[in-house]
Amino acid sequence: MIRIGIDIGSTTVKVVALDEQGQLLYKDYQRHHSRSRETAAQMLTACADQIGEQPVLAAMSGSAALKVSEAAGLPFVQEVFATRRACDVLTPGVDVVIELGGEDAKILFLTGGLEERMNSSCAGGTGAFIDQMAALLNVSLQDLDALSLQHTQIYPIASRCGVFAKSDIQPLLNQGAAKADVAASIYQSIVSQTIAGLAQGRDIKGTVCFLGGPLTFLQGLRERFTETLELDRTHAVFPQDAAYFPAIGAALNAPADIVSTPAEICGKLLAAKKARDAGEILPPLFVSHAEYQAFAERHAKADVALADIAQYSGKAWLGIDAGSTTTKLALVGSDGELLYTYYAPNKGDPIAVCRAELLKIRAVCGERIRIRGAACTGYGEELLKAAFRADFGIVETTAHYTAAKRFLPNVDFIIDIGGQDMKCFKLKAGVVESILLNEACSSGCGSFIESFAAALGYSAAEFAKIGLFAESPVNLGSRCTVFMNSSVKQAQNNGASVGDISAGLSVSVVKNAVYKVIRANSAADLGQNIVVQGGTFLSDAVLRAFEREIGHDVVRPAIAGLMGAYGAALYAKEQQTESSTLLTAAELEAFTVHTKPAACGLCGNNCKLNITTFNDGSRHISGNRCSRPLGKKADALPDAYAYKQRCLTAMNSTVPIDPSGTIGIPLGLGAWELFPFWKALLEGMGFHVVHSGFSTRELYLEGQHTIPSDTVCYPAKLVHGHVLKLIRMGIKTIFFPCLPYNFDEHTGDNHYNCPVVAFYPELLAKNVPELERVNFLYPFLAPHAETKFPKLAADYFAKTLGVYKSVAKAAAQNAYAAYEAFRQEMFAFGERTLREAKEKGQRVVILAGRPYHTDPEVNHGMNQLLVSLGCAVLSEDCIPPLGYEKRTVLNQWTYHARLYNAARFVANHPEVEFVQLVSFGCGLDAITTDEVKDILERAGKVFTMIKIDEVNNLGAAKIRLRSLLEATGNARKEVLLHG
Amino acid sequence: MAELIYDKDGRLLFTEEMKEEYTILAPNMLPIHMSFLIAIMRSQGFKGELLTSTNPEIVNQGLQSVHNDTCYPALLVIGQMMEALESGKYDLNKVALIITQTGGGCRASNYIHLLRRALKRRGLEQIPVISFNLQGMEKNPGFTFPPKVWLKLLATIAYGDLLMNLSNQCRPYEINAGETDRLTDYWHDELLKRGMPLHNLSSTLDEICASYTAIPRDTSLKAVKVGVVGEIYIKYAPLGNNNLEAFLAKEGCEAVVPGLLDFVIFMGDHHLVDTRRYHIKHRKALASLGVKGVFSWFQNKLRSAIAKTEFRVPADFATIKALAAPFVSDGNKMGEGWLLTGEMLELIHSGVTNIVCTQPFGCLPNHISGKGMIRAIRNAHPEANIVAIDYDPGATRANQENRLRLMLASARETLYRA
Repeated sequence: MIRIGIDIGSTTVKVVALDEQGQLLYKDYQRHHSRSRETAAQMLTACADQIGEQPVLAAMSGSAALKVSEAAGLPFVQEVFATRRACDVLTPGVDVVIELGGEDAKILFLTGGLEERMNSSCAGGTGAFIDQMAALLNVSLQDLDALSLQHTQIYPIASRCGVFAKSDIQPLLNQGAAKADVAASIYQSIVSQTIAGLAQGRDIKGTVCFLGGPLTFLQGLRERFTETLELDRTHAVFPQDAAYFPAIGAALNAPADIVSTPAEICGKLLAAKKARDAGEILPPLFVSHAEYQAFAERHAKADVALADIAQYSGKAWLGIDAGSTTTKLALVGSDGELLYTYYAPNKGDPIAVCRAELLKIRAVCGERIRIRGAACTGYGEELLKAAFRADFGIVETTAHYTAAKRFLPNVDFIIDIGGQDMKCFKLKAGVVESILLNEACSSGCGSFIESFAAALGYSAAEFAKIGLFAESPVNLGSRCTVFMNSSVKQAQNNGASVGDISAGLSVSVVKNAVYKVIRANSAADLGQNIVVQGGTFLSDAVLRAFEREIGHDVVRPAIAGLMGAYGAALYAKEQQTESSTLLTAAELEAFTVHTKPAACGLCGNNCKLNITTFNDGSRHISGNRCSRPLGKKADALPDAYAYKQRCLTAMNSTVPIDPSGTIGIPLGLGAWELFPFWKALLEGMGFHVVHSGFSTRELYLEGQHTIPSDTVCYPAKLVHGHVLKLIRMGIKTIFFPCLPYNFDEHTGDNHYNCPVVAFYPELLAKNVPELERVNFLYPFLAPHAETKFPKLAADYFAKTLGVYKSVAKAAAQNAYAAYEAFRQEMFAFGERTLREAKEKGQRVVILAGRPYHTDPEVNHGMNQLLVSLGCAVLSEDCIPPLGYEKRTVLNQWTYHARLYNAARFVANHPEVEFVQLVSFGCGLDAITTDEVKDILERAGKVFTMIKIDEVNNLGAAKIRLRSLLEATGNARKEVLLHG
Repeated sequence: MAELIYDKDGRLLFTEEMKEEYTILAPNMLPIHMSFLIAIMRSQGFKGELLTSTNPEIVNQGLQSVHNDTCYPALLVIGQMMEALESGKYDLNKVALIITQTGGGCRASNYIHLLRRALKRRGLEQIPVISFNLQGMEKNPGFTFPPKVWLKLLATIAYGDLLMNLSNQCRPYEINAGETDRLTDYWHDELLKRGMPLHNLSSTLDEICASYTAIPRDTSLKAVKVGVVGEIYIKYAPLGNNNLEAFLAKEGCEAVVPGLLDFVIFMGDHHLVDTRRYHIKHRKALASLGVKGVFSWFQNKLRSAIAKTEFRVPADFATIKALAAPFVSDGNKMGEGWLLTGEMLELIHSGVTNIVCTQPFGCLPNHISGKGMIRAIRNAHPEANIVAIDYDPGATRANQENRLRLMLASARETLYRA
């Protein structure tokens, strides 16, 4: 009997028919545009036309087929399982199968222990991700692929999650990186993700078969995979019908006892009931047109005066807001009236977009309108300022506040939802009191709604309109975009209309803002006079959802999308300059630009620079953290991070390694704190001790394939590379103890390490196969028990390393002195820095994190960034313990207690500011951040948090830090520095 | 209205006066066990109420109440409580909350503090929060039980474990639909009626076992056995794991869910390990020894009762610990610690090779003792078919079920090949 397989994926339907021998008789592949049942039925009819209507055995497969098969009462075969069945028949002898689909990624290890795995819930690098990235680069998939083949270098792009990758790519584009390089980097990030997230510690070796749409059609992606996995022609298999494997597997696996006909199956598919759960339906945004009318009239009042640029003559000021995805321009006249505005996507090339607009403006202005000043703001501020010789560069908070004041003079809360980011400022007496920005992993922003709209074939404005009167909006929750994709698909399959989805997405963006970014409990938490802005708020659906969620009316300026540019223009006007340095029409005509990537190489950070050269020979360098690549001397302000790095480097032995007598310590997690202790202990027993040095991206990649949990924090992931490095150095003994307890500094309720710091060595022992070749020592120790530890340590080292117990015991006792000396050194550094800063009126910031945040690859040079912004930098461990104080939360981890300790110190020192570094995935910081914030805000201090991961989105961090410094009084100095 | 009295650290106490007029709301984790607990509280004059709501508003309330990166169990438990408080069903001046507290280096020890913070943020500081624990943390003058009742409370864990265990082993095979659940309901009420008998514990356990044996079952049925392990709340609570047991039942599987006894013995074992490993003497070491002893005694009774039947007998604590030892040290004690690894191995050793390892997204201890050990377990037991599933507010059920189905497809293939 003929067998039929129907594979309904997230974006496509595949139908195959096989004869009795399993030979492919028919195949078809079509996009379903969320009409999966109808598409499948049509394709099936077409199939029947060819093979003839006759009894068949049939089964369905695919991520979107499950509900359909249940509703239609058709057999279902899980798609990975189906793929394997197809591989058994079609590609015998293959060891590993990698399949990338629209939204799922799968890996199958067929030999050496069958293992099948799908991407975990936090992993987006799949077909849909490539589509999104192509849209971001404004190229077709074919062009993206062609571009990638011409790359000259690869940028590090976060590989864990599509959203993260996006926030890595955007700054690269804004900085002018070549599209070819970005395209290849996008592919490379998918490869990394497959290795890290999917293989989870298992080697991908032998013959590898690649399946799924993207790997069938994209040459560049194939190239990245084969190159990275070091596969030659015979070991990389790209089967002809790669896209059809799950369908073929489903056909092969169709139950023999359920005989049907194509017509019957079509009937079942079309008749299948579409049902939505009551739990996933939200109330409509507007129940009547009258309600909408009242709403629209209220908001129409927040308008701005316009003047006709063709009539106007006199002075004018220009504002340019180079956002992450859009470029905005505003030209204002002497009363702040708007003469000209521009708002459009920057298409990955903000300079070209801006140049074209400036030419237009210059042409219209002629001699009649004289531009007296121009200011830039936003992500691309520095680049555009340099390119077009604008007079001022201002931080976004300033621009937005300046604009918001025009609409609501007593504004006390501004929320701006743009394409890629969300910013909220709380204002008190005209001063920014706190700044909230979305973290990399919560980007439910404008571009997100836009890409959904585009995918469904609507413009953003149309899409929003459809949602206004939708009867039963979908409840999509408030988390990650990756989840959102599948939720939307699910809702569509259950019969939700486009309007329901549009309204649901608006609500979800708002919920994301209110609960994830602002974390508000009530409207009172925000303020009384709220201005909402940013392009996303131009949607009435989003505006309505926001007002409803906070239960409060807000003001939305008619130019909500232009507020940054408008504010910048007003700012320029306030400066009362006589003339502007902005390029003239002739200069703009002659303007050319050439961008070249380069690696800085002046320090370990090895910043990836983009050197932009303009036609007048001047250059702009971006991607740098400090001012060294700009040809200036290194900033000489005290920096505890740099100091600690120097201390740890100095402690490391430079003597050539004698592998037999050397003990290596991976410099990761707790070793950043306790290395002096272990070094003294082991040296006291006569061993030569080395650590593995600072982390680099390359080091991370080296160990990436041995990481079993892709959601653990980056500092933990790095340790894999460190142990491999030690082994590569020829070291035969590696010491990395498990430490449930840390030293008790008597400021908290207990003194644990976090579970990851405490037990990660156990994970390493079981997941890094190379460790079996060396003597890996990871004993459970408790050095805080000072009276017990020396004896226990002596017993241990006598047993494992054959050391005399008396020697070991003495060494253990000495270790305490060495550790104490190191602690004191940090305290002394802190004390000295604070004293000198006071004398000089120098700004001090405590960049508070964990000891392992000292690693330059972990902190991404945040310390240098702060120094370049004119601050002395201390770390949390420069502040001596202030004694016990009861906290709201259980204060039971030594390192976290230091955060509270440092926050308490800052609370009592007006001249010191606090910035907390949080590693993504740090579960404990979900607790500490709220508590630290409380401590600081009670004292009237601003709490600033920077979330870091393998991504290094310096742009966002810079905005945050500059905003903080501005908010806390350094504003003028800072602006002058950049202006 | 009861007077609000605070201890020296400013903690609002649950007073004897409150006992009279306050309703105590408890989150649901293990349906049978928790229901026993509430019934015993009621018998002692408390107005206990188990929160069994499952509506989406719980997640919403959770998102509003705790930091979104906090683990999912905290978000759900606190969200469920806030949803109840907002529901208007309770007099907010006559309601108290109860939550279990485990202590230890996992962030779970902070749940109770996060709950208090959530109350404070909503201006509901007048609501007392009771910590329910065996370590004697946070005492409340109005929340005490006579020693005899404490023993009953301890016995509920053994009885609850037995009912859960036997009903899981019967349900998929029962010939008369619903018979197993009816029997479980019967025993639930009957045990309460008999006052959680301790003096004739063994004979009662035997009686229960015999009654399940008597259920007519289709022994020829080949059901896929699926072990469920993981973070304690997500593993057990239907609200936490999107009703995993119901899903497995619908798929015709036999769910094998390790009982709570191992976990409570594990809790008692902590301090003893510290003393042995680091020579640290804990104040509570003696109490821990007691806890461990009592629950081990219960476990032995339970095991010998099941051993008399044809049902699968769960391994005892010492065996699980020995199985885990080559993989993780018993010093790995935060969260579920080595017990999680041990439970996976125990399941595999008893022939249950298909395992769902459940955890909240980003669960810290499970990076190591859960996901971190799967590779090593598979190397030692290539037949192991383990799927790790993350739970959090954004994870969709379809996504989770698809991964479960993958595991089941392999499981079925193995089962039918055999």
